[in-house]
Amino acid sequence: MQIYLPIAEVSVNAFLLLGLGGIVGVLSGMFGVGGGFLMTPLLFFIGIPPAVAVATEANQIVASSFSGVLAHLKRKTVDLKMGTVLLIGGLIGSALGIILFNYLKSLGQVELLVQLCYVVFLGIIGGLMFLESLRAIRNSRKNGGKVPTRRKHNWVHNLPFKVKFRVSGLYISVIPPLLVGVLVGVLAAIMGVGGGFIMVPAMIYLLGMPTKVVVGTSLFQIIFVTAFTTMLHATTNYTVDVVLAVLLLVGGVIGAQIGTRIGVKMKAEQLRILLALMVLAVCGKLAFDLLVEPSELYTLGTGGHT
Amino acid sequence: MIRLLVLFLLLAVPANAEEIVLGLSRDRVAITATFEGSEILIFGAIRREEPIPDNSELGVIVTVAGPDTPVTVRRKDRRAGIWVNTDSIEVDAAPSFYAVATTAQIEDVLRDVEDLRYRITTRRAIRAVGTGVNDSLVFTRALIRIRAGQDLYQVLEGAVDLEEETLFRTAITLPANLTEGEYKARIFLTRNGRVIDEYLTTIPVQKVGLERWLYNLAHESAFLYGLMSIAIAISAGWIASAAFSLLRR
Repeated sequence: MQIYLPIAEVSVNAFLLLGLGGIVGVLSGMFGVGGGFLMTPLLFFIGIPPAVAVATEANQIVASSFSGVLAHLKRKTVDLKMGTVLLIGGLIGSALGIILFNYLKSLGQVELLVQLCYVVFLGIIGGLMFLESLRAIRNSRKNGGKVPTRRKHNWVHNLPFKVKFRVSGLYISVIPPLLVGVLVGVLAAIMGVGGGFIMVPAMIYLLGMPTKVVVGTSLFQIIFVTAFTTMLHATTNYTVDVVLAVLLLVGGVIGAQIGTRIGVKMKAEQLRILLALMVLAVCGKLAFDLLVEPSELYTLGTGGHT
Repeated sequence: MIRLLVLFLLLAVPANAEEIVLGLSRDRVAITATFEGSEILIFGAIRREEPIPDNSELGVIVTVAGPDTPVTVRRKDRRAGIWVNTDSIEVDAAPSFYAVATTAQIEDVLRDVEDLRYRITTRRAIRAVGTGVNDSLVFTRALIRIRAGQDLYQVLEGAVDLEEETLFRTAITLPANLTEGEYKARIFLTRNGRVIDEYLTTIPVQKVGLERWLYNLAHESAFLYGLMSIAIAISAGWIASAAFSLLRR
């Protein structure tokens, strides 16, 4: 069934969108990522104008992360205190990110920067996570199923303003989570995604939070950052397509519920290795596009002198 | 005084020996939520006061053009091993949709001079001046190629049926990915490649119903629209969560 999207001004198959939303929703619920880094390129691919895809995707992520967070709240796997600290950092970061984005836009070549950002960050994060989880799985086999507790004391634990994060079982300074939030916010604004795929590993490896809590907390933070982004896009660029968003989120929210349930049944290492593989796959695809000669060398953009 | 008026009237009547009388299968196109493209039938007759001249070739050309918009065409090139956008040109005005239908091969029914004057073929309909790039022709050709691939630019040679040099008819298919606006339909009558009559009409293409309402809301009360989008997202997330926990029980 074809549906004409009023803002994107293209006609697309409704079931295709429902399906895409569903698949990305499952992944989102499983890994605590908004799924924007997967969905946005997919929307480009089916012919949605990039500006509309990025803005609408932000709106859809609000829905799937809200649905996911409710499921996590019931299991008490959301660290609200940590989430709030990350959120404060995130909002500061996205405001900074938008300023940076506009500055780079005035220099030109912002598209290339976004793509390189994707490749570099996805590559580093995916690679590190993959190696680490592989090591963890091997160790757990050697120790007869016993997982060694990772509670190293590094520089992170010697900073001032220490706060107790009970749900995460941490007693650390608020500075590192705040900085993580800012960093993710900046990247999210530039790359046009919620930032879950950066946030999740940062929480695990930099802050030392338990994987089970990380997913819910990440989703909690993403809701607010993406809602903020949606409002920015809707009021400045008029690029949020509510019809597209509804189609994507119907699939997305259902998928997120299923994904959360799958995620709970899986081991933390397995979850991490799967996320790592997915991140690497997207990275590979983007790197491939940059390196291989495209079949059409020309692209069309909306006019107007920039 | 009356004589003068008669003279004026005589002058006002076109001096052409042959002129176009036109009909359209629809005078407007409405974009609804389930819009899948549309077909416009353009038909008409050639009225003449004199017998058909038999020493020349008659041609009919029908063009339908969407609203003009500026377009940026960018070219990728390999720099340091990766493909990046290097050169670009600004096309001042390119129609969002353009179809040309003719009775025969375009070279046979239209002279180049006339094409230049009336901007009939696709490459003439695109206006690109002062681009600053030497090979700007390559860019406009790329623009035509990309839009043709999306069915937005169509060249339909021989698609106009001409019966007994009097009745003509053609169908133009508008694809689903239409931009709204005033679509201009032009019909040219040519003899030996020279335009002897031109007829112009517009077909409004507009979003209607829900599509119209959402589009207006998004542009006129953007803040409200943004809040509505978020509210929909939150409630959808909540409903899904509630529905699933009910299913579990």
